Amino acid sequence: MHMADALISPAVGGTMWVISGGLIAFSAKKVREEADDRKIPLMGVLGAFIFAAQMLNFSIPGTGSSGHLGGGMILAILLGPWSAFLVMASVLAVQALFFADGGLLALGCNIFNLGFFTCFLAYPFIYKQIAGNSAGKKRILLGATLAGILGLQFGAFGVVLETVFSGISELPFRTFILMMQPIHLGIGVVEGLVTSSVVMFVMKVRPEILTAVVEKAPIGVSIKKTALSLAAAAVFTGAALSWFASADPDGLEWAMLRTSGKEKLESNGKVHGFLASLQEKTAFLPDYGFKKSIAEPGVAIKEGEQEGGAGPGAEATWPAVDPGTSTAGLVGGFITLLAVAVTGFALKRRKIAA
Amino acid sequence: MSHYMVEADDLQYSYPDGTEALGGISFLIARGESVALVGENGAGKSTLLQHFTGCLFPSGGLLKIAGLPVDRQNLSAVRRSVGMVFQNPDDQLFMPTVFEDVAFGLLNLGVPEAELEGKVMAALETVGAAHLRGRPPYRLSQGEKRTTAIAGVLAMSPDILVMDEPTSSLDPMSRRRLIALLKTFRHTKIIATHDLDFALETCQRTIVIHRGKVTADSSTAEVFRNAELLRRSSLEAPASILQRPCCGGAV
Amino acid sequence: MTIGRNLVDIGYMDTLASGDSPLHRLDARAKIFTTFLLIIAVVSFDKYVVSALAPFFLYPVFLVVVGGLPSGYIARKVLLVAPFAVLVGVFNPFLDRQVLFHLGAAGVTGGWVSFASILARFALTVSAALALFSITGINSLCEALARSGVPRPFVVQLLFLNRYLFVLTGEAERISRARALRSCGGTKMGLRVFTQIVGHLLLRTLDRAERVYRAMRCRGFDGHIRIVKSSGIGRPEIVFMLGWAVLFAIFRFVNVSLVLGEAVEGFIR
Repeated sequence: MHMADALISPAVGGTMWVISGGLIAFSAKKVREEADDRKIPLMGVLGAFIFAAQMLNFSIPGTGSSGHLGGGMILAILLGPWSAFLVMASVLAVQALFFADGGLLALGCNIFNLGFFTCFLAYPFIYKQIAGNSAGKKRILLGATLAGILGLQFGAFGVVLETVFSGISELPFRTFILMMQPIHLGIGVVEGLVTSSVVMFVMKVRPEILTAVVEKAPIGVSIKKTALSLAAAAVFTGAALSWFASADPDGLEWAMLRTSGKEKLESNGKVHGFLASLQEKTAFLPDYGFKKSIAEPGVAIKEGEQEGGAGPGAEATWPAVDPGTSTAGLVGGFITLLAVAVTGFALKRRKIAA
Repeated sequence: MSHYMVEADDLQYSYPDGTEALGGISFLIARGESVALVGENGAGKSTLLQHFTGCLFPSGGLLKIAGLPVDRQNLSAVRRSVGMVFQNPDDQLFMPTVFEDVAFGLLNLGVPEAELEGKVMAALETVGAAHLRGRPPYRLSQGEKRTTAIAGVLAMSPDILVMDEPTSSLDPMSRRRLIALLKTFRHTKIIATHDLDFALETCQRTIVIHRGKVTADSSTAEVFRNAELLRRSSLEAPASILQRPCCGGAV
Repeated sequence: MTIGRNLVDIGYMDTLASGDSPLHRLDARAKIFTTFLLIIAVVSFDKYVVSALAPFFLYPVFLVVVGGLPSGYIARKVLLVAPFAVLVGVFNPFLDRQVLFHLGAAGVTGGWVSFASILARFALTVSAALALFSITGINSLCEALARSGVPRPFVVQLLFLNRYLFVLTGEAERISRARALRSCGGTKMGLRVFTQIVGHLLLRTLDRAERVYRAMRCRGFDGHIRIVKSSGIGRPEIVFMLGWAVLFAIFRFVNVSLVLGEAVEGFIR
């Protein structure tokens, strides 16, 4: 689920960086306010623990494939949402820096996808509400599983949105969603199972740890709570709407079953227009498929229909390409790479000689 | 103002769950003495050591460090007098490089940055680790970690040096170097150890702890020649005594 | 992803970072800034651009050579993480079949061009970042972050995480190996065993955290981690940053490959 730089546009990457950066700053402020000295070594060591735990694979029963622990939930349970978020962010940063597991520009996206939803949505609104202070096994299992599912579904959805809005990959929205969400449903369930079993293990062997943490954990924010849930709802409904809107005939037929024909077409145009204007504002170079759809409402966005070439009235989605320019470009490209390699050798020679 | 560095008077400690760890310990340690603390696992050595640094407070009785009772009020003063070297150096070397780790305590004491370099290097040179200054701790050998930890403590110029199993996991060469180093220190030393040969070489006095109580407190040689005492405290004489029949060993 | 190999990886990267070269001596902030410029320049290209990306490779090559990094090492690491980019980009040739131009008789579709573009961007961004951090090392990085205004709790978190990374992954490896040795033939562990291992590891981690905290308190820890400062931003750093910024600007707005290619073709004719 770690995104790479190659798939992100600067606009998307930059925006997510700003958001994640803000979240980090805010969490840091909260942690400082808590003024719990103990947390400083604890967070660091737990971060290393998550790293180590992620390197251990286990076989998922019934599927034959292997899984590993995400860890965000366990962190949130042990540390509370703010500290857990900082730890997740630090783990992802080190993974990006030293393992190239996720790009640098994409780090903002990754921190948001993997940290925000788990620590600020899934944990406080699902796990804590269900399992919270009480220690029942069933509640822990239920809470952890639901929280895992929710956190990962949102996270996967985040990946899809960010990739699609960047417009580098040709993967169409629907295909991507259909690929990502079911897989991450399974991953979410597994995450929930593993989290709950680890929590139950700790409870059996050293229950005082959990009670101590639970008592110390700051009670959630009230205004922020509503704001967060509203934001989550907005993301979800926006996505759902665009899914309906962008769908090819099958999806539209399904939507037709629920609404009358007229309503469907209207909302189509509106959402198209909305998404298109959004794209214009966020896209660095706005020559993506969305624009095409304004001219021809109802045409699927970025689906295979592009094969036929631009329809009447639709703008060309790529600059006119002169065959001559392209071959020159290719030749030039190779020569440049050669030049770079030669420069490299020359520098090396100079270094050794010096 | 007492001239004893450490005064324990009927010191008692019980864990939160009620188990008694220390059942009335009393001793006096004068300035410059080197005292070994020996006893089987679970006897209470670690618990006692934690009292010296104010990590634990007595449940009963009294403990004074450099004349100050160990309690919340005197905590920072006590911690400035006592330098503790932990059993596992990984727990103690938590900064990114050796230099920064030794500097940690100094910075906390408010030493200005201009003096930092001098003090850190002096401490590192004392333990012979000056060449390690830029190394991250995880690239140090056990012996190097141990000496770096000692440097970190030395830099704070404590009056009392407390060490918990300093020779554990050291190879013979490093162990020998540690013994030589400790012999050059004039600090008051309290060393908890299972390495009885080490105790024999570095400490003139030994206190034996058994089940939370002091069962012996005299010169190291005397303690280790008392076979009956050692047996009762679940210990045995160090190899260097066992092999010398004139000192009471079997051979 | 085996544990052992990853341990060696981080350890190796850190060893590289303690090398000595003109690049190593530069303030980390200059290096980070420049690498970010590269990433942004590369990523801001249109999706069908391939040849214009070529000159940007000069930067990672420069870092590797002047920084004294083993060249094969970076290339291998890039290849290692390449499958992900391939996975997402591989759909492009199937979905975008508008022929952009012809190479002799064969038509090259937009899908292939954008796929190639993705791969090229990937190689550039990943190699530049890896080279950067092989030269910088996490400690200098954290110092740079702290001095750039990143919140202190986060920087401290990165430092501690890095410090105990080896310790914990080492523990995990040992437990894992012990289990493997006792499980006749079965290589993968089931959920129950995994839970036991992770559970024990977690408890040991919590104990360790407590001991570290105690050690910190014994040396006067009062809640503030103070970071020792090293050199600052001087002339070499400014030259480095400006020089590369100018180059990147040129590469971004002038298709150097095209210019060269046309010159060569013109010359041939």
